Amino acid sequence: MNALLRRLRAELFATPADGALSVALIMLLSLGAFGFLRWALTQAQWAVVKVNSTLFAVGRYPIEQQWRLWLLTALLVAASGATWGLLRAHPRPDRTGVLWPRNDRLALVLLALIALALPSALGLTLAIQTRWWGLLLLLALCRWLAGRFGANLSSTGRRLAALVWPLLYLVGMVLISGGLGLVTVSPSEWGGLLLTLLASSFAILLCFPIGVLLALGRRSELPLLRWGSVLYIEFIRGAPLITLLFLGQNILGFLLPGGLAPERVWRAAWVLTFFAAAYLAEAVRSGLAAVPRGQLEAARSLGLSYPKALQHVVLPQALRVALPAMVGQFISLLQDTTLLSLIGLLELLGTARTVMANPAFLGRNGEVYLTLAVLFWGCCAALGLSSRALERRLDPHAVPSAT
Amino acid sequence: MTKGGLLALAVVGALMGCAAGNDAPGSPTMAKIRERGRLVCAVDGAVPGFSTVGPGGAFVGIDADFCRAVAAAVLGDPSKVEFRPVTAGERFVALGSGEVDLLSISSTHTLSRDAPGGNALSFGPVFFYDGQGVMVPAASGVRSLQELAGKPICVESGTNTELNLADRMRELGVAYQPLRFQSGEQAYPAYEQGRCAAITSDSSLLAAKRSGFKQPAAHVLLPELLSKEPSAKVTIQADPAWADAVRWVTHTLVQAEESGLTKANVEARLAAARRDPSQAEARRFLGVEGDFGRQLGLPADFTVRVVKAVGNYGELFERHLGSATPLGLERGLNRLWNDGGLHIAPPFR
Repeated sequence: MNALLRRLRAELFATPADGALSVALIMLLSLGAFGFLRWALTQAQWAVVKVNSTLFAVGRYPIEQQWRLWLLTALLVAASGATWGLLRAHPRPDRTGVLWPRNDRLALVLLALIALALPSALGLTLAIQTRWWGLLLLLALCRWLAGRFGANLSSTGRRLAALVWPLLYLVGMVLISGGLGLVTVSPSEWGGLLLTLLASSFAILLCFPIGVLLALGRRSELPLLRWGSVLYIEFIRGAPLITLLFLGQNILGFLLPGGLAPERVWRAAWVLTFFAAAYLAEAVRSGLAAVPRGQLEAARSLGLSYPKALQHVVLPQALRVALPAMVGQFISLLQDTTLLSLIGLLELLGTARTVMANPAFLGRNGEVYLTLAVLFWGCCAALGLSSRALERRLDPHAVPSAT
Repeated sequence: MTKGGLLALAVVGALMGCAAGNDAPGSPTMAKIRERGRLVCAVDGAVPGFSTVGPGGAFVGIDADFCRAVAAAVLGDPSKVEFRPVTAGERFVALGSGEVDLLSISSTHTLSRDAPGGNALSFGPVFFYDGQGVMVPAASGVRSLQELAGKPICVESGTNTELNLADRMRELGVAYQPLRFQSGEQAYPAYEQGRCAAITSDSSLLAAKRSGFKQPAAHVLLPELLSKEPSAKVTIQADPAWADAVRWVTHTLVQAEESGLTKANVEARLAAARRDPSQAEARRFLGVEGDFGRQLGLPADFTVRVVKAVGNYGELFERHLGSATPLGLERGLNRLWNDGGLHIAPPFR
């Protein structure tokens, strides 16, 4: 306790000027916090969020088909739990692996609090509240099982286990859109957080390979490949995203005979993908530029073919350097999906616009935008945190940590 | 087969197509809708009372219900609508490129949008009479535009609204201070905080925004209008048969109100008309006699289906915009012609 006080004193009140500044700032901050709390607890009318919570979550997805989304959530939760456990069971050789360290417990407590508080605050029915509790239990169970028995998994087994994620993505697509015996749910009925996450995850996953190819193309010695890549990247970077989205929505209908143009949700997702790929290519190119030429030359002189040298020597180093820039790109891509509301898609912001226009909730803009901000912050923080964890795991110079 | 033979076949085919088109009231759009089994109807999605998404995921509003009425007329089922939210900027392109069958968005009927040399669209009868209005705090005592002399008025910059205000004030010779805002999100809070003596926009929008104020009753709309904004449902000009069908669905809603047909009583009135051959007008309107439906390429009882699906025009208005709703719009010009308003349906005969 004394140590804490001493540290606070050293950090906040080292000199009289520091002290004055600290006092002023603390007062300003608490004034803001007080004002916000007073608004949130006494003036704000949260009914707009409670009543429309399904709309914000999945948009106009038909209610009798929503079991598919619950199933998908359960699968995702199980896979997350298993991955979490496996990562703990197989720490990097230079780290010590403790199965239930403090961070994990903290995360579980936080999740439990959210699962306890949020559904009841939203006024969800008991049946749905129980489902959230079930999901939390599933997460903990998978985490425990994978942590307990995951250490016995062979390296081939681990590689196969990683394949669960792409597989799950495909399964998720089928569950969401239908087909294979399921009732088709047209993309025009997807919305809210579901559409935001779907569009951004689709674009993030696909823009990565395209971006890497473009970056390699731009550094290639074959003129056609190089100029093609340069032309593409500069064209995309020269046009605002909203222009490209409008082009995709409105001009394709004129160019292609009726019915041939893909559903407009997909058109928008592809435009996002191609747009992000150009920016990602530049991030990857900066990574490639950071790898000394000697690396490639050494790999080639060892007898590796050019693709092998790229795959095993150059790209791993380049991508590690480019990772922070790439994740920045992904986060801004996630936020760019709000532009889809301008072309009439009901993603989070589009849903918010229509909810705020509902005669029953006119003037409730603050509540709605705040909810949106929290949701977006949650998604972006998750991306940022996982990228930092990935960076640390890939860092070749990591010091073995004590915990 | 030779090239010439193919060409001849194509020409004969095209001619046969034309002949078939003249014979039956076929419309490519209606054929497309029937084949697809649903109507693709463009709505704005964020205009209070006209089209918004309800908590259950269904589109609500007078514009959304018009889509349902058309689906009921063409397909016999008001639920066979795929709603397509489009923004004001891209609505005409979406219609022109065939993305949507029908625009059910408040679109003011203007010459340049209608003319073949302009947007080349086909406008139905006026569905909603709007006009640019002015809102003032009730406590200010202002009751006419002249009384706003020298006072600041909030407008959104770069809009028709701003130009209309300037035009009218110049006509009246009243000097005022325009307080320009980039968007409504800035303009309305500024007005509510008392930074300007009045705010101007479309009357329906002003009323909608007012209902979101802290004290809605403390603000009134001036009786004067600065412009006329008659809005109508829009289809492409290249398919007159489809435009006719949409036009007569609108007329059906108005005629039903005039004849006292409601969602609740239409079945009983139909049964009565069937029994009683002397109710000539009702029998024609409800499709018991004559072949109006066939002439439009619609089912004989399309009027019954429309009214059963959404009710008459008055019911639509009261349900979504009228005094029982938070918007509380006056019917004003939107009353029937025999009640002092402007809505009139041509005779069904």
